[in-house]
Amino acid sequence: MTVHDVAKQLNLTCCVDADGQRTVEGGYVGDLLSWVIGKAGAGHAWITIMSNPNVAAVAMLADTSMIILAESVEPDDTLLAKAQQHGLNLYTASEGAFELAWRLHELLG
Amino acid sequence: MDKLHLHYEVEGNDFVAAGEAAGQMKRTLRQLGIDFEIIRRCSICMYEGEINMVAHAEGGSADVIIAKDKVTIVLEDTGPGITDMELAMQEGYSTATQDVRELGFGAGMGLPNMKKYADTLAVESTPGVGTKVTMEINIPA
Ligand SMILES: Nc1ncnc2c1ncn2[C@@H]1O[C@H](COP(=O)(O)OP(=O)(O)O)[C@@H](O)[C@H]1O
Ligand SMILES: [Mg+2]
Repeated sequence: MTVHDVAKQLNLTCCVDADGQRTVEGGYVGDLLSWVIGKAGAGHAWITIMSNPNVAAVAMLADTSMIILAESVEPDDTLLAKAQQHGLNLYTASEGAFELAWRLHELLG
Repeated sequence: MDKLHLHYEVEGNDFVAAGEAAGQMKRTLRQLGIDFEIIRRCSICMYEGEINMVAHAEGGSADVIIAKDKVTIVLEDTGPGITDMELAMQEGYSTATQDVRELGFGAGMGLPNMKKYADTLAVESTPGVGTKVTMEINIPA
């Protein structure tokens, strides 16, 4: 399933559309950056409530397929700029992380 | 392939620029066509080391030496040093300030991540003098 498919199915709001055709290989939920970089797999959708520029660095280095900010969290301006600069797919959602992870799991099967 | 040497200066307390050295290293490793999993491990090690210099040591320098058979990452700072190495290596131990924790750092998983993802990790530190972290990630033939 591609980033665009996931975004559509989960009703996500797009902030940065860098590579919608990238495959989503799974998911990871977390806000502590060392946990995320150490545990999120390449191609995973990363669900978080953190919205500072370090999120972009971690997503880029961990090679996640998309960032989903849960609970209607909005990216700060620097995160937005960095996501654009590094070509990272960035979305927001009104649901919480539990709900998003549950629905993503159902989608990916 | 001859050895390639990359050098970066890392600014202390600059959490916006933090990760840029790791990002640049990653781009170079990609251009060299190195295996994705090896790049991922190098990125994690470099990022954690870089963040530690930003958060705990007022910055420092990072050197990456890329050879045919391994990537060597050397991070050196003249910060406060580490007083209790055994404690510092433990998962969850952190002296990070509240401000730093609010950014998502300070989980106490940086050194454990480096140990997990590097093939070798050496931390030399003298309180009041500084810290030198050397990591090697082997590139299988
Ligand atoms: N370069 C460094 N200079 C001084 N202290 C350091 C350095 N790197 C790590 N430390 C110490 O080791 C502790 C554990 O580091 P780490 O595992 O990366 O966790 P964290 O960075 O989340 O605190 C830090 O909280 C700090 O006290
Ligand atoms: Mg750390």
